[in-house]
Amino acid sequence: MIELKAFTKYFHKGSVNEVLALEQVDFAIERGDFITIIGSNGAGKSTLLNCLAGTCNPDGGELLLDKKDIAHWPEYRRAKFISRVFQDPLLGTCGSLSIEQNMALALRRTRRRGLAIGVKAADRATFRQVLKKLGLGLENRLRDRVGLLSGGQRQALTMLMATLVRPEILLLDEHTAALDPKTARQILALTETIVGEQQLTTLMVTHNMNHALKYGNRLIMLHRGQIIFDIQGEEKTSLKKEDLIARFYDLKREELASDRMLLG
Amino acid sequence: MTWYAFIGALEQGFVYGIMVLGVYLTFRVLDFPDLTVDGSLPLGASVSAVAITNGVNPFVSLALAALAGFGAGMVTALLNTKLKILHLLASILTMIALYSINIRIMDGPNVSLLGVDTILDPVMASGLPGYLAAPIMYAVIALGITLAIIWFLHTELGQALMATGDNAQMITSQGVNTHTIIILGVGLSNALVAFSGALVAQNQGASDVNMGVGTIIAGLASVIVGETLFGKDGIARACLAALFGSVLYRLAIALALGVKLGRFSFTPSDLNLITALLVVMALVAPKIKARLQAR
Repeated sequence: MIELKAFTKYFHKGSVNEVLALEQVDFAIERGDFITIIGSNGAGKSTLLNCLAGTCNPDGGELLLDKKDIAHWPEYRRAKFISRVFQDPLLGTCGSLSIEQNMALALRRTRRRGLAIGVKAADRATFRQVLKKLGLGLENRLRDRVGLLSGGQRQALTMLMATLVRPEILLLDEHTAALDPKTARQILALTETIVGEQQLTTLMVTHNMNHALKYGNRLIMLHRGQIIFDIQGEEKTSLKKEDLIARFYDLKREELASDRMLLG
Repeated sequence: MTWYAFIGALEQGFVYGIMVLGVYLTFRVLDFPDLTVDGSLPLGASVSAVAITNGVNPFVSLALAALAGFGAGMVTALLNTKLKILHLLASILTMIALYSINIRIMDGPNVSLLGVDTILDPVMASGLPGYLAAPIMYAVIALGITLAIIWFLHTELGQALMATGDNAQMITSQGVNTHTIIILGVGLSNALVAFSGALVAQNQGASDVNMGVGTIIAGLASVIVGETLFGKDGIARACLAALFGSVLYRLAIALALGVKLGRFSFTPSDLNLITALLVVMALVAPKIKARLQAR
């Protein structure tokens, strides 16, 4: 459904600090894929997600959604079919607005906004019902400001809001990295439930190899702006953490070797 | 303070209260420090005054003033969003440009409105004494506009406006073009300010190119006075606080002008100093209060 063709992104292009963040990436996402993405710092994981969401524009290549090139569409236009959950729990919600106001904003993600009242009485029942599933008691706090919630509660709310209207693609950018281990587990469980229920096409960036192996049907590893590892199905199920670690060390050795050649 | 000064302060409080709502929308809701208002207040006054002297109905002239103000706000917002000029600088550029434009509109630095129809005439005709007619009329208009703004901020668009000021990344991810919202919000704010300017001109019987100097500070002072005394939780409370903050601010000014200590008394030129002190006091008061309560 989504296809990247020779997708290239530079940072600080044309200056001495030029960095090639994504290099000629060719990559196809099938409908229903749940892909986990790993890679060391600076490998291009976040850049890949940002380019999909539209926060940054590519310097070359195509981004096709059902054969349509959307590589230069602005972010707000792509939001009609792409939802995102950020690493920072504060980024996904408005602290000064109430829970119901935040959810009402999310409910209109794909629609035009007009002069109808923002939080409609009929929607409140829906909000309560969805919030109840979290088991956090938020269904009784619809009018509380989101700023009063904890980071974990806000991230749970962000997950709900991202999927309140079913997105074509769900992007998760290390969305549990800023949470304590227990809350992170809860958010991941919630993620798994929602993705399963709605059959969402999902991309999840993570630093945690266990998570990368446990979740999803496909795993890709990025290194220096390129996909160096892409396995799915049976092969992924049988993949072990040791295999991934071995793969990581191979890369490190290659890097050290090339550094030594330069220095030597 | 004399009865006359008190009534005058009420009148000004409500008239300028509409401007304060505009400042509240940009400064507090949209988080967009907008100095355009120093130019859009006289813009509204000029448009209204010139329209009236050319035979336009005074009420229609208010609508024209608001429209002109909306345009001025749009210019600032476009400079900021499309040309990526810092919001503060963008608004100063529009403000400076408006000085020239206002003189062009009036074909001079001022226009007198003595002896022509204003929006007060229908009320005066009903037999109400003049000193009561003006404050009542302005209070009704200001309250009506405040209610309209409260309603607007509860709509889908209004909520998107609030979200844009709070968390632009979040509302973009929810499919909203923040540029459109900023253009709408800053436009609406300056429409209110220009509307207020038109009322000021009709109230004081003249439009003057320099009448906008210090508008932003007076507006900010009123917003802060209102927040400090009436709170800011909830849309309705915050909007009403802005309006009544304006009334209290004008009363405080009138009070200060009435003070006589021996041979010393304040003059209108001391207003800027008084306002600055008032803003500092209002900003510091909550902190002192918190420290006292912590003991």
